Amino acid sequence: MPKLTVNDIEVVVEDGATVLHACEAANVEIPRFCYHDRLSIAGNCRMCLVDMERAPKPIASCAMPAGDGMVIRTDTDRVKKAREGVMEFLLINHPLDCPICDQGGECDLQDQAMGYGFDGSRFDENKRAVENKHMGPLISTTMTRCIHCTRCVRFATEVAGVPELGAIGRGESVEITTYLEKTLASELSANVIDLCPVGALTSKPYAFAARPWELNKTESIDVMDALGSNIRVDARGAQVMRVLPRLNEDINEEWISDKTRYAVDGLRRQRLDRPYLRGRDGRLAPASWDDAFKAIAAKMKKAKPATMAAIAGDQVDAEAMFALKTLFGKMGSGNIDCRQDGAKIGGARAGYLFNSTIAGIDDADALLIIGSNPRIEAAVLNARIRRNWLSTGLPVGVVGPKMDLTYDAAFLGDEPAVLADLASGKHKFAAKLKKAKRPMIIIGMGALARADGAAVLGQSRDIAETYGVVTKTWNGFNILHSAASRVAGLDMGFVPEKSGLDVEAMCKAAEAGKLDLVWLLGADEADLPRLKNAFIVYQGHHGDNGAHHADVVLPGAAYTEKDGIYLNTEGRVQYANRAAFPPGEAREDWAILRAFAGVMKINFGFDSLDELRELLFRAVPHFADRDMISPTKWVKFGSRAKVKPVKFTTAIDNFYMTCAISRASETMAECMRANGTDRAEAAE
Amino acid sequence: MSIEARIADEQPETFKFSAENEKEIKRIVAKYPKGRQASAVMPLLDLAQRQHDNWIPMKAIELIARKLDMAEIRVLEVATFYTMFNLKPVGKYFLQACTTTPCWLRGSDEMMRCIKDRYAIASGETSECGRFSLLEVECLGACVNAPILQVNDDFYEDLDYASTAALLDSLEADAPLPVGSVMGRSGSEATSGATSLATLKPKQSGVANA
Repeated sequence: MPKLTVNDIEVVVEDGATVLHACEAANVEIPRFCYHDRLSIAGNCRMCLVDMERAPKPIASCAMPAGDGMVIRTDTDRVKKAREGVMEFLLINHPLDCPICDQGGECDLQDQAMGYGFDGSRFDENKRAVENKHMGPLISTTMTRCIHCTRCVRFATEVAGVPELGAIGRGESVEITTYLEKTLASELSANVIDLCPVGALTSKPYAFAARPWELNKTESIDVMDALGSNIRVDARGAQVMRVLPRLNEDINEEWISDKTRYAVDGLRRQRLDRPYLRGRDGRLAPASWDDAFKAIAAKMKKAKPATMAAIAGDQVDAEAMFALKTLFGKMGSGNIDCRQDGAKIGGARAGYLFNSTIAGIDDADALLIIGSNPRIEAAVLNARIRRNWLSTGLPVGVVGPKMDLTYDAAFLGDEPAVLADLASGKHKFAAKLKKAKRPMIIIGMGALARADGAAVLGQSRDIAETYGVVTKTWNGFNILHSAASRVAGLDMGFVPEKSGLDVEAMCKAAEAGKLDLVWLLGADEADLPRLKNAFIVYQGHHGDNGAHHADVVLPGAAYTEKDGIYLNTEGRVQYANRAAFPPGEAREDWAILRAFAGVMKINFGFDSLDELRELLFRAVPHFADRDMISPTKWVKFGSRAKVKPVKFTTAIDNFYMTCAISRASETMAECMRANGTDRAEAAE
Repeated sequence: MSIEARIADEQPETFKFSAENEKEIKRIVAKYPKGRQASAVMPLLDLAQRQHDNWIPMKAIELIARKLDMAEIRVLEVATFYTMFNLKPVGKYFLQACTTTPCWLRGSDEMMRCIKDRYAIASGETSECGRFSLLEVECLGACVNAPILQVNDDFYEDLDYASTAALLDSLEADAPLPVGSVMGRSGSEATSGATSLATLKPKQSGVANA
């Protein structure tokens, strides 16, 4: 632990820390462009120069390891002059186009030029100009602005695991590009936009849309996958302009996936902004809230409770599910389910949570993935696995189809028989699990959303028990969900009561004509055509699958338009905040259900979101523990039945379109096109 | 010069190393520890360039990337960093003229003027006949005999306008002058002959004008 002085302040830093870290520990801000906490050290921008005693010239603090007894000064004239010199060199070739640059107002170079820039230029020669590069539908490039910090190159190579970006040429002719200007083939590609300290890489879909200072910034939670990435939603008026990542070391660090960032343009298209009723002619016609409620109430009053059912979708907030559960509970129907994909999970919490926590991936020393492609199902989580693999050579085994995970993995086969071989120790990979001190298993919905899912869960539990995946201090048994609402639904018991119907049973009952009414709460992914004999109420925000099959459409709010509680795949309780208002006559989902209860003359016991939450906390106390994960007990779950010899798949084939919002998004559609044909000509 | 201008527009469909070079590649890669085979990227680029008329097509870059388990962009980074790697066709005689300070002081402008007078080409261009390409390069490391013109692998030294013309004449006739100083001095001796230890009288004097 070296001890050094920075501007007469004594600090002690960790072994392996740099002088820049020491300066930060002493609360001294060091300007930088190339240095980034989560990337390797490049030391090429020279902006972080500081004075070190007995050194003949200023040192680059980001690259200099902190040594015991060093005396660092950051406030000398020499340091100031050195930084001003660096800044002057950077500005030689940097265009003066801040007024037309999207980075303006949130630009590192602009900010630091205020501190170290010179008021005029002494450079009389021509500035260098660089042709713009094609990097796909998300990243807009203005390469003349590039200062060659190589943050983007290091991010693509190290974090995203797609070494496609590089700096070619040398000296004044250095240019950042992808090989032959291919689209950057990563689910995390747009993070380079945040990393770029200047306006060289900016957001293409957001190009010239808004200035940072005219946006209302709301801290919220993402629902595109089950990670619950922390995001900041920037809105102007009623329109969400962009989504940016928010720092959360335990979940997404400071990355988000491209879908999280760019599916939001889907919030402007195909929105349900008023209630609809299916008329005699079989077409949906606009209706008033009153008429819509009356139509549903008429059906409900006639139907027996056992012939009514409710399905909650994948992006629904806990409050809406709780309100719907209350409605069906008061009516006496136990036919509710939040597992559209038919996943055989529920009951014991340890059997459906990411028990090790996401940060726990850093500690694992062997990993078995069953029926999941984390790169697509949780891209940010996959980057964490990759980091572990990079630093420790984490052995990874995959039971499922072959795929490119951005790290080396042994594909053990996609036959369920492999699980039995692993459990009995017959399989080669078993030795690696056995040797590991903190082995980890990640089970995806590809292995659980099947008829024998409970048996797969049971067998996975056997493997966990056999190889010490669960000990007193470590629980590496992990379920990776693909639906943001799933854990909250399971925790509050949005599952069929005894003798109640699950989604599959509802479909069967509907086909047999024994189901009168189905309430779809944002459920677009269930096998809806099979429900067509029933009267379908769709409550949601997009005119997607659910609305197409519905007899009554109730316009709800999307995740950016309501305050809501979400539990991520770890079971972490997170509160999302409203960034904009829902369009037209659409309302927040809990309020719609509360209003409908009024029509049905049912007393819910709450009139406001706060009162609803109070009841919710009384029913499920840990929902009140914001940002916390309530501990679980390791108990029996899963079934002992035989697993059928049906090959494992993964839950998601197409990363870019998984929900009503992303399906409505033009940007996501363009990403898909770019992935099919990734040559520059095709996209230009 | 921008990167686009340095890479040939017309690229061959395929590239394959000759059997001989494949053997050589094995020998080169074996020099480096396992997992560090990427270190062989420069010798392999050189092999590809020598095999392929003194320039490296993109297919060769992709092949080398596969052979060394590197990302294609990493190989391209190396290939574009060094001026010695040509990414588009050059003439049979690839002239690399040094114009760095010592060569410039000793008259590299004259040498350049001669080349430009004859072929009307600037740095990075190829003559109309297609046999001569010119590239202005930084220090070639032979300042003592400045100015220097490198023709393919060989150095011609002590050039002025007239001697450059004579050299180019010989190249045009495909009968190149002997490599080295065109005024015939041996090694890096002073132009006026040995100035120290003169009494030792070397057995064999290489100084032509002594």
